[in-house]
Amino acid sequence: MAKLGAGSIRTLPLAGFHGGSSAVRLEAAPPAERISLRAGAEDMAALSQALGLDLPVKPKTSAAAKGRTALWLGPDEWLVIDEGKGGLMQAAASSGVLHSAVDVSHRNAAILVSGPGASRAINAGCSQDLSLKVFPVGACSRTVLAKVEIVLLRTAEDAFRVEVWRSFSDYAFGLLAEGAQDAAL
Amino acid sequence: MLLIHCPYCEEARSELEFRWAGEAHIARPENIAAITDEEFAEYFFLRNNEKGLTYERWRHIHGCGRFFNAARDTVSDRFVMTYKAGLPKQPVPPAEKVSAIAEEKTVETWEATEGDAR
Repeated sequence: MAKLGAGSIRTLPLAGFHGGSSAVRLEAAPPAERISLRAGAEDMAALSQALGLDLPVKPKTSAAAKGRTALWLGPDEWLVIDEGKGGLMQAAASSGVLHSAVDVSHRNAAILVSGPGASRAINAGCSQDLSLKVFPVGACSRTVLAKVEIVLLRTAEDAFRVEVWRSFSDYAFGLLAEGAQDAAL
Repeated sequence: MLLIHCPYCEEARSELEFRWAGEAHIARPENIAAITDEEFAEYFFLRNNEKGLTYERWRHIHGCGRFFNAARDTVSDRFVMTYKAGLPKQPVPPAEKVSAIAEEKTVETWEATEGDAR
């Protein structure tokens, strides 16, 4: 039996996917490190310091610093994404305070949706108000996209990051591609 | 689409993000091993299933993931208010109650339009 290892190639979820329309660009985000972080209010300061960013406390907000982004998911729950060197688990462990950090780097895949029709493409399957007033740049939320759960982050006025579980990423991408076509009409 | 106000997200969100979680304010007996079978059945199985204003637990499962309490009218399906889990049963604000009753009258239920079960 062939050994896995040297010579074997890891296929990323959404590898080779591309899509969009004249108004929306859809692309798979490069691999990133992610942790699902849970901690009480009293341990937040130490964790913020260890991670190098201020964990957001307000609903629907995120904080970013040095390639890391912390997304508020619940009153004691964050999704921290590192697109740089990584080391999130070690950083969280070095805080020395009570918390739960689970490495979910390979659980999620991310789809980058950008272009003037980006919010309309997402609204094809997501019922949240994505106007800039209600969902400004940096806003994030766990929500639903048609039949799957996503974490949505607005990275710019016309750009979003859609975090989705990898086995649902095919479905989410297909749905966003349909939405992108509709947004261009 | 029904909009439900999540007290943790401090925002009204689509009903798609929520899941019903049964009647609210059911306290677990402290001496659960000592109570009789009837008392246990009362606590564990029996629910009021009220018609009209009812207090329920809901969970913002596809949002912040939190359980919270909601006062809902089961006839009109209208959420009168929501509040955080752990708080005691909140009284319904009088103005809300009035409009909830008014709305109940205008809602076309099967009993009101077809049957005489009432």
